[in-house]
Amino acid sequence: MCLAIPMQLVERRELAGVAELDGVRRDVGLALCPEARLGDFVLVHAGYAIAVIDAEEARKTLELLASIETEDPR
Amino acid sequence: MSAPDAGLREHVARARARLTALAARTPRRFGFMEVCGTHTHAIARAGLRRLLPPNVKLISGPGCPVCVTPIEYLDRAVALARRPDVIVCTFGDLVRVPSSVSSLERESAAGHDVRIVYSARDAVRIARETPERKVVFLGVGFETTLPTVAAALDEAERDGVDNFLVLVGAKTIEPPLRALVESGDVALDGFLLPGHVSVILGADFYRFLEVELALPGAIVGFEALDILLGIEFLLERSLAGEPRVANLYPGVVRRAGNPTALALLERWFERVDSRWRGLGTIPASGLAFRREFAHRDAARLAVELDPPREPKGCRCGDVLKGAIEPPECPLFDRTCTPTHPVGACMVSSEGTCAAWHRHERVALDERRAGHERHAHTGGRA
Amino acid sequence: MSAHDRILLGHGAGGRLTHELVARRFLPAFENPALATLSDSALLDELPPGRPALTTDGFVVDPPVFAGGDLGYLSVCGTVNDLAVSGARPLALTWALILEEGLDGALLDTFVAGAARAAREAGVALVAGDTKVVPRGKGDRAYAVSSGLGVVPRGRELGDRTIRPGDRVLVTGPIGDHGATVLAARHGLDAPALVSDVAPLTSLVESLFAANVAVRALHDPTRGGVATTCYETAERSKLRIVLDEHDVPVRPQVRAVCELLGLEPLYLACEGRALVWVAEADAERALEALREHPLGRHAAAIGRVVARGDGHAPLVLATAIGGERPLDMLAGLDLPRIC
Repeated sequence: MCLAIPMQLVERRELAGVAELDGVRRDVGLALCPEARLGDFVLVHAGYAIAVIDAEEARKTLELLASIETEDPR
Repeated sequence: MSAPDAGLREHVARARARLTALAARTPRRFGFMEVCGTHTHAIARAGLRRLLPPNVKLISGPGCPVCVTPIEYLDRAVALARRPDVIVCTFGDLVRVPSSVSSLERESAAGHDVRIVYSARDAVRIARETPERKVVFLGVGFETTLPTVAAALDEAERDGVDNFLVLVGAKTIEPPLRALVESGDVALDGFLLPGHVSVILGADFYRFLEVELALPGAIVGFEALDILLGIEFLLERSLAGEPRVANLYPGVVRRAGNPTALALLERWFERVDSRWRGLGTIPASGLAFRREFAHRDAARLAVELDPPREPKGCRCGDVLKGAIEPPECPLFDRTCTPTHPVGACMVSSEGTCAAWHRHERVALDERRAGHERHAHTGGRA
Repeated sequence: MSAHDRILLGHGAGGRLTHELVARRFLPAFENPALATLSDSALLDELPPGRPALTTDGFVVDPPVFAGGDLGYLSVCGTVNDLAVSGARPLALTWALILEEGLDGALLDTFVAGAARAAREAGVALVAGDTKVVPRGKGDRAYAVSSGLGVVPRGRELGDRTIRPGDRVLVTGPIGDHGATVLAARHGLDAPALVSDVAPLTSLVESLFAANVAVRALHDPTRGGVATTCYETAERSKLRIVLDEHDVPVRPQVRAVCELLGLEPLYLACEGRALVWVAEADAERALEALREHPLGRHAAAIGRVVARGDGHAPLVLATAIGGERPLDMLAGLDLPRIC
């Protein structure tokens, strides 16, 4: 329904900033994520950050789920 | 230089093995709906349908905003573009969608001012730079996109950018899910829930699936592995007869969603009955400006509308409901192709027909050529 | 440059201003005997043995100056590359410009310098040219048209019909650098690490032939990118091409631009890459030869050719997770999307 890309916030003004992905930067609006801090990873949709990402939590949960072997009794 | 995680194939192989083992426990067939068009696209891109057990089928849902936008909306957008005092700003997604007699792309070619933007913020900027004209932003989308439109409206209101208007064509995702289940048109065993809508709405929003509709749901991200894990969860819950909703997009989707975004939506919009292409009018399924913001409503600008005319033979509606697969439409791949789309489902890159045309034709070709080895079975749960 | 150094309608009218333009801006850059005569046609030497190859191409690019190149450099490279992938050694080029009234003279100098640099790098003379000027608002700054004449030496038999099942598909470097560079510039993305791959391929292609490998066909994946070029090749050869997603070299910054704009690297234009179809047994040697050339350092094998059944998709991508999907040609303009 909606493309959204994780990017790192590298500049922050009041309700706008600059986010970066692999060396590519673009302006982002921060009106929907006023809590985002410099250095945070944010999810960007249509030019706005819509969430601050907790990358560690994301990684842990999915790795756990993905690594389960078939033989595992479930 | 292109380095997908070395462990990825292995994780996928394991997830597939678990899925196969689960599905083999029963002759039952399962139908899970991927609600979100971006999921449809991701599934097609990764070639996932071909990796699923034969009795597990994915059904594409109504979550492509371009596809469900009714033709009257496009007619109005086209009519607005024809006004010399208007600049229409739109996401690229809408530009090629046919209206009754034209499209924004054609209006642009005819010399009208249609501009593609990435963000409602860009449209506000254009409005600032062009105070002598009205800038109409086409605000289509679901709960992910509409908060960005509300934020742009907030900015325009705060800074007195009075010539920034929005033609709202917003949809909400809950009513059509209920309508689909309640209509019984499609046998569904669970939902792959839209990851980015859920960022805004929150995981707790979907309790109605468990409690009222007794169906499992999985909130998933957009990598192939995420989607496979979601399908596995749905299959497990279906087998166990426990309708639960799981958040498999953790760290991104939170229980309460994004409260700032929800508050902005609430401030600007109210729920209204809304027409969906293919699904008809669904009560309280759309958003419209609250009365105090009527001065931002581009629908109030006077325009001459072309008479609405749905394309003949197009079965987008049935495709959107998941009632048929694209090849069952008489126009699919014949008169309706991505180069010359007839229906919205073919023009939108995340439309079901476009996804099938682009990505699923290996299976189709083989089916047509009589090689049944990889073909999906046609039946439903 | 002074503020009034702008192109006027008179510069395209054929009179004194035109002569001045040619004498001051063009001739010094392209210094060569055929051009210097300024006759109606350039008279060339007799052609070396082989089959003559002739190509023409029009160029529009927004922005006209981008990281790694400009309209002038791009237009000459484009023409040279069309000859190179036909197996032809370039002999002579023409170059015509259509300028918009009011164009900054410095921009014109950039194009001229770019075209001259490309011709020098490709070792080919630019022997004839023309300039027209259209009224302000009737064109977008500058357009270029270039034709090229070359000769395919005897014994080189390239063609899609010579492609066989089992052949490998190579690419001479990371894909989509050019497309991503101009798209990023056009759409306000700030990407300092992006540089267009635009370059003349003549010497790279010659090094491949010098390695004595069985090259079946060469193509430059410009508009429509690698996917569209492979699709067309598969159609013409009546075979199926299977690309392996995992092996296709894409720079991270190119991938990032694609993610941000909702596009796919396989459909982005390259202006300094070639796709090479080569016999399986020679694939490794061909790669080695390519990698010894500065333009081919990151060459990679990205796919193979197989037989195609009736009605089967001509081009398939084996996805990174082990799925498979057919790839189509680029449908229309690939618009950036948010959904």
